[in-house]
Amino acid sequence: MSAGNEKYEAVIGLEVHVQLKTRAKMFTRVPQGFGADPNALTDPVVLGLPGALPVLNKHAIEQSVKVGLIFGSAIPEVCKWDRKNYFYPDSPKNYQISQFDQPICVGGEVEIELPGESRNVMGEHKHIKLTRAHLEEDVGKLTHFDQDSLVDYNRAGTPLLEIVTEPDLHSADEAVALLQSLRMHLTAADISDCDMEKGQMRCDANVSVRLRGTDVLNKRTEMKNLNSITGVKNAISYEIRRQIKVVEAGGAVVQETRRWDADAGVTTSMRGKEEAHDYRYFPDPDLMPVKLGKETLKRLEGTLPEPVFVKQRRYIEEYDLPYTTTSVLAFDWELADFFESALREFGDAPKTVANYVVNELQRERSAADGDGLMPIESLRIAPAHIAELARLVEDATISKQTAKEVFVDMFSSGKMPAAIVKEKGLEDKTDTSEIEAICQQAIEGNPVAAQQVRDGNDKAINSFIGPVMKATGGRANPKVVRDTLAKLLKG
Amino acid sequence: MSSEIFSRTAAELRHELKNGDMTSVAVVEALLARVGAVDGQIGAFLHLDRDAVLEQAEAADARRARGEQLSALDGLPVALKNVIAVKDRPLTCGSRMLKDFVSPYDATVTRKLKEAGVILFGDVNMDEFAMGSSTENSAFQETANPWALDCAPGGSSGGSAAVVSAGMVPLSLGSDTGGSIRQPAAFCGIVGMKPTYGLVSRFGLVAYASSLDQIGPMARSVEDAAALLQIIAGHDHLDSTSMRTDVPDYEEALRGHPAPWRIGVPKEYFAEGLDDEVKARVEQAIEFYRSSGCEIVPVSLPSTDLAVPVYYIIATAEASSNLARYDGVRYGHRSEVADNAIDLYFKSRGEGFGEEVKRRIILGTYVLSSGYYDAWYVRAQKVRTLIRNEFLTAFNQVDALLTPTTPTPAFRRGEKKDDPLSMYLADIFTISLNLAGLPGISLPCGFSGDGRPIGFQLIGKPFGEAELLRIARHYESAHAHANLIPELSNGR
Repeated sequence: MSAGNEKYEAVIGLEVHVQLKTRAKMFTRVPQGFGADPNALTDPVVLGLPGALPVLNKHAIEQSVKVGLIFGSAIPEVCKWDRKNYFYPDSPKNYQISQFDQPICVGGEVEIELPGESRNVMGEHKHIKLTRAHLEEDVGKLTHFDQDSLVDYNRAGTPLLEIVTEPDLHSADEAVALLQSLRMHLTAADISDCDMEKGQMRCDANVSVRLRGTDVLNKRTEMKNLNSITGVKNAISYEIRRQIKVVEAGGAVVQETRRWDADAGVTTSMRGKEEAHDYRYFPDPDLMPVKLGKETLKRLEGTLPEPVFVKQRRYIEEYDLPYTTTSVLAFDWELADFFESALREFGDAPKTVANYVVNELQRERSAADGDGLMPIESLRIAPAHIAELARLVEDATISKQTAKEVFVDMFSSGKMPAAIVKEKGLEDKTDTSEIEAICQQAIEGNPVAAQQVRDGNDKAINSFIGPVMKATGGRANPKVVRDTLAKLLKG
Repeated sequence: MSSEIFSRTAAELRHELKNGDMTSVAVVEALLARVGAVDGQIGAFLHLDRDAVLEQAEAADARRARGEQLSALDGLPVALKNVIAVKDRPLTCGSRMLKDFVSPYDATVTRKLKEAGVILFGDVNMDEFAMGSSTENSAFQETANPWALDCAPGGSSGGSAAVVSAGMVPLSLGSDTGGSIRQPAAFCGIVGMKPTYGLVSRFGLVAYASSLDQIGPMARSVEDAAALLQIIAGHDHLDSTSMRTDVPDYEEALRGHPAPWRIGVPKEYFAEGLDDEVKARVEQAIEFYRSSGCEIVPVSLPSTDLAVPVYYIIATAEASSNLARYDGVRYGHRSEVADNAIDLYFKSRGEGFGEEVKRRIILGTYVLSSGYYDAWYVRAQKVRTLIRNEFLTAFNQVDALLTPTTPTPAFRRGEKKDDPLSMYLADIFTISLNLAGLPGISLPCGFSGDGRPIGFQLIGKPFGEAELLRIARHYESAHAHANLIPELSNGR
């Protein structure tokens, strides 16, 4: 029950923290990164040493503005920095530089797609409203042991964009769809890799329930730092069920923070462990407010990729591609790029090209890699290869069957398909006189069927296809064979 | 030229170095001897590495021999208030919290001094984390006023003022958040200047109040202060509050002729509470300007009496946040008796901070807290804008303002220790400039009857240091108060 029931509706809002892809950290030039030796990615500013001061990373600003532009947020002309004051060992200054009342993006909406009735049917689309997005610096990482805890500040200072949704989501599936949409759009725009395993995307969920048909907002619980898609889905589903149970039993949901215990499959109250925080926000006196000019916005707008679902709809309308194909292509920006590059070389057969990308290419990539997909950068083939292969099929140089063999060869060798076809002599025989001769032979070899065709039974032509194909070693173009047989039999 | 090397100004020493009549080694040896003779009574130095100082002096002499001169102050010594980061040197800020902390990096001003060939001549005492007006809040030692050993040298840059005043070093750097350069300069009878906010980089200056702090020069002449300012001023990309502005040639500016300046005298600075002797000396200074052709213009700065409360709201608010990082987790004092993480914070900070620092952190936390933020912090910032605007309006009519630096000469040590409020109220004349971001310079203008120095203050336009120094130089050229050094008996 991930979406409430007939009586109760779930109301969910998400706060998604996304690590921005920048070379350096938010307020200093130390590089950001994952997996370095503990405390290697630090300097006086990261560690909050006496006398250190923050300096803004402009790239982080640009990446954040791009997020806002992608989702149609308003980008106010001026945004500023505030200190969020609280004490914790993972926070080097015991305040976090963030944005309180003048964030970088305001409003906006994210299009999401819910699972359809079946795999090849497009699910419902919704637009989830955003409240705002603001920039802040990430904190370090604590690891707890028996006797003590250790802290690694490598992550401290990494630029973090906190994207806040309105309480517009009503099921765990919708929450998952929201995260997936964010990931698709942000990876396509090279803003973040959104890899939850590496902590590049983390999610807090606010959940409450209400009677269906009402629009009140009841007391909600907050689950922090859900760090996998399944975690998000299961935690929210559980919490919805739990709250409904509480309310049905006549109780009241307590407004509190709860912890998702993945092993036990339950949320537990953190009440008593956390006190209400007064963050004493005030404008950071070490930093200037940021003013964004129209030229900057225009320039950044020009760098944005096509939104994912817009692309998907275009593929369906413009290229008449089936839904399942478009969801593979449009949701993976690298494949979409590959596909569109191939179309630029040969645009007459988008369906064929799409097919090769979505089926042949993905299959070969999967086979070539141990447990994933061979990265696009490592491929021996380029979009031009697929374009040429499609062209060879469209102009009947080779049959579809042949093309499949050629694909495997070209994927591993990197040779252009035309070269492979020539090398191996794989061209379809379209020489009409040769085909005519072979057809004539086949007809003479089966006078019964020949008569049936002449008498009006068109299906009987099929009897000749086999022998003709055999005689041509499978190289005859099927359409040409059929036409020739028809001509010879009926005149 | 005075007979003792230690009593010469940096300009005089520079001249001798240039002529080959002096070496840097000879200079620092004379100064080290002076330190040995008198610092036992004064208590200005926290750290002074004799060998390191001589090494730098030798290097400077070697450069000079090769004909290389890195700057006008190459080979001359400067003492640093121990709130400015010097790589591999203790950075204590006068606090038990940082008693054993060694900075792994140089402040920008430190780097500039090094690049200029200046000799870093030790670290001097201060009020803990720059909070105080008497240097009595230092966790380590008290510093005496060289002119009156039972009196305070002022604060928080009391050590920086005392070393220069006693002739232990001709130049020092202090920091000024509410008057911490100017007030000790006045108490100790020397020149002390706070630049316009944003002129000198704060990178590597341990923060007290971020929107008010500035590093500035302290010396026994306006010319020396100008030379030191020249080296440390200028935009720094590591400090986001550092102004992108051209730095004029201050020494060149000093050579200009005095003009018939319009000198504003704000009436609110001459109201009750001003010591009679201070009033008399400052009025003499005003008279000097008038008689040399300047126009004395009465002006009014009505919000003056709001400056102290506004300061103690804004400065403490910023300080409460700036000092949150001192928790013993990464560096600094860590309590040995804590039970858990939270307890570690409580105990380390409880043990590491002195009373005045705690007092200001609590006050600052209060004015930022939920329910009080608008009433205190926001309102204080609004009044701050009024204060600044009043100054800027006055500057439409005048070129500079002239006021007393302090309401009284140096008070006796211990006298105000139990009365923090009275200590705060004494900042009345210096504090407004920090709030308004304006430059100000304190010059000695005489002594009280019992021999305690008295200073007056000139306030200039934003980034108008060149003009301000010229106006200051004009007074100095006709008076010799600054380059006087008190008689201090040798010994102990």
